[in-house]
Amino acid sequence: MMQLLSGNEAIALGAYHSGVRVATAYPGTPSTEILESVATFSDIYAEWSTNEKVAMEVALGAAYAGVRAMVSMKHVGLNVASDPFMAASTTGVSTGLVVVVADDPGMHSSQNEQDSRHYARLAKIPVLEPADSQEAYDFMAHAFTLSEEFDTPVMVRSTTRISHSKSVVRPNRDRLAADMPAHFQNCIAKYVMMPVFARQRHPAMEERLVKLADYAETFYLNQVFAGESRLGIVTGGVAYHYAREVFPKASVLKLGMSYPLPANLIRSFAAQVDRLVVIEELDPFLEDLIRSLGIRVEGKDFIPRVGELNPDIVARAGRGSGLFDNNHNDETTPLPPEPMPNLPPRAPLLCPGCPHTGVFYILSSLGQRSRLPGAKEKPPAKSKLVITGDIGCYTLGAYPPLSAMDTCACMGASIGKALGMEKAGLGRKVVAVIGDSTFLHSGITSLVDAVYNDGRLTVVILDNGTTAMTGHQHHPGTGVSAQGRDTNAVSLEGTVRGLGINDVTVVSAFDIKGIRTALKSALAADELSVVIVRGPCAVRIKRTTPRVIDPEKCNNCGTCRLLGCPAIRSEAGRLYIEPLLCVGESCGICEQVCPRGAIH
Amino acid sequence: MEKFDLLISGVGGQGVILASNIVSEVALAAGYDVKKTDTLGMAQRGGSVVSHVRLGSEVHSPLIRMGDVDILVAFEKLEAARWSHYLKPGKVAVINNYALPPFSVSLGGGVYPADAAIMENLKQRTERAYFVDGTARVEELGNVRTLNSFLMGCVSLFLPLKIRVWQDVIARHVPPGAQQINATAFSRGRKEMRRVSL
Repeated sequence: MMQLLSGNEAIALGAYHSGVRVATAYPGTPSTEILESVATFSDIYAEWSTNEKVAMEVALGAAYAGVRAMVSMKHVGLNVASDPFMAASTTGVSTGLVVVVADDPGMHSSQNEQDSRHYARLAKIPVLEPADSQEAYDFMAHAFTLSEEFDTPVMVRSTTRISHSKSVVRPNRDRLAADMPAHFQNCIAKYVMMPVFARQRHPAMEERLVKLADYAETFYLNQVFAGESRLGIVTGGVAYHYAREVFPKASVLKLGMSYPLPANLIRSFAAQVDRLVVIEELDPFLEDLIRSLGIRVEGKDFIPRVGELNPDIVARAGRGSGLFDNNHNDETTPLPPEPMPNLPPRAPLLCPGCPHTGVFYILSSLGQRSRLPGAKEKPPAKSKLVITGDIGCYTLGAYPPLSAMDTCACMGASIGKALGMEKAGLGRKVVAVIGDSTFLHSGITSLVDAVYNDGRLTVVILDNGTTAMTGHQHHPGTGVSAQGRDTNAVSLEGTVRGLGINDVTVVSAFDIKGIRTALKSALAADELSVVIVRGPCAVRIKRTTPRVIDPEKCNNCGTCRLLGCPAIRSEAGRLYIEPLLCVGESCGICEQVCPRGAIH
Repeated sequence: MEKFDLLISGVGGQGVILASNIVSEVALAAGYDVKKTDTLGMAQRGGSVVSHVRLGSEVHSPLIRMGDVDILVAFEKLEAARWSHYLKPGKVAVINNYALPPFSVSLGGGVYPADAAIMENLKQRTERAYFVDGTARVEELGNVRTLNSFLMGCVSLFLPLKIRVWQDVIARHVPPGAQQINATAFSRGRKEMRRVSL
């Protein structure tokens, strides 16, 4: 039966129908829904892992034990998982291991736009790139087969536009029988990577790559669409559809497997066309490999290597480089008009009722940072605090008026960076701010380092009891599994105390005085301190009667506006609370900060 | 099979994505090839949201080219202005007559465009830009969350898709207790659209 599925749902269904029995992931846009979707099948094991490295290891263990396994992550997750990823390539597998990596060209929700195909080349493993949901479904079956046939993990690379687009899928198979009992065949030369054995594996990997390149020559996911000989396009992934849409008459070589490349197929395609152009998102991955074969090829001279592509960008590149014939529509019609100028942006914000607002407000005021936009008085050149941040909704605390974050690099980095600043001799107090899921993901190891190396910084753990940014997934601290079962919950305060930290405080995210007292005391202490600020995510709380500002008492001092709460607005010089946005009494932070008691 | 490219824009939480899912499912049932994609950014709530929905005999790119949109549906007026340049000249724009000023305006970081400026901008693209009082009508019905059904009712007048299928798909996509009120909102949308477009 035909269904409209997102790329992520199609990947999950494809894996399920391919007999996957263990699926692991850590949430990350745009990959999150793969595990969410596959976890709905109760006859497989699915888990949210602590982080991508662990997810990779759990999946690898399953693939050693005779069970098909899938691990999914966003592109930067593969950085975290890269060590076991390389190890998986070295040892190979027993049964199929598919590594799904979703890149984010355009950085819709990411800190960089690295091109994961380079990792496949680094690890000497094949990478498949689906172009829509049907292919996402189909390619999973090929990925598992390739993995077993060539004794290798296989990467399936998606992008935001594949993962988050819906298109028609016709599932063409039932679930492959997956009732073989798990079995592990001990073989130290394959699974114990001491140098003596690893030296044997490396030539095996090189040989595997040669065989894969040979296989790619006739692999039917590498398809030629014959068209005019004037222009030949090599492409893959969603860029294939942009190429077909913009250049409907061109000849197209669509590479379903973008590594390793079929050299002879590309040579013969190139020989049949006047101009060979690669259309691919991000880096010139295919282009450089094709050029290294000694084939004349163009691409990134005019196709941008930065950001997400779309048909307009491809057409613009085509115009500028003579890819269209002269009477083509795109060469003759005027360019579309510009957008209406000066429209106010709708930037992402911390939600009304967000449990991060109060603590950022206090950090901001303790650090003498907060200023209303347009305020005449300038903030001091040097804030009293340096605040290293981390990845999550709370990164938005960097924006004015809260302005309470100085760094954000990658998952779990806040604590290590704070310690580095302290050890560098920075005179000011350094505070690391990190969310609960991120702390468990990769903050813990840095905190161990801070304990061991006698750090004196303050770590603030923002505990909203969920992985909010990616859509409220469970994590080791929540006590619920990816498949909705009750399970053990890792205690944050227990963990932190267990590391030997004595100065640990837990405070409600909606108790302004409590947060101020806890932070002041932690900042004054000459030892490593942890403040856990706990409160549920605003999206998951029950809304009650909205707060109102009493116009009789309000003197427009603007203190409440320093919270940056989207519900607190001004119109014609008067402050008011938008009743549709305010969450009511579960928050009440504005009420606590109002110096005139005008909010109730 | 005639192609239709729809751009549905609004503010996070208004129901844009549900609306785009509904029209996609209706078209799928009618035998169209369908692609749809949402652009959300990192905002959980309150950010700009836009959905591209493409119907035809064979659809390649999930993203619609600028100037190719056949039907622009805006759940909010500023979000109509933001995407007006995607509209194909002379095609249809259905705009919910409702303003939700972004927080940046409240902080003094921008000015919400006047109705006349938005209308003027749309008129440059098409004579068929229609403002409908969707939010006001569904507030009368007693459930603002039926706005997507109302606006899909408006859009249904411009698409060759069966009313019964629309109603079936909507019933499948809304909570069990809200099926009747969404069916009513859909019919009110059709009625309102007939009123303003005739």
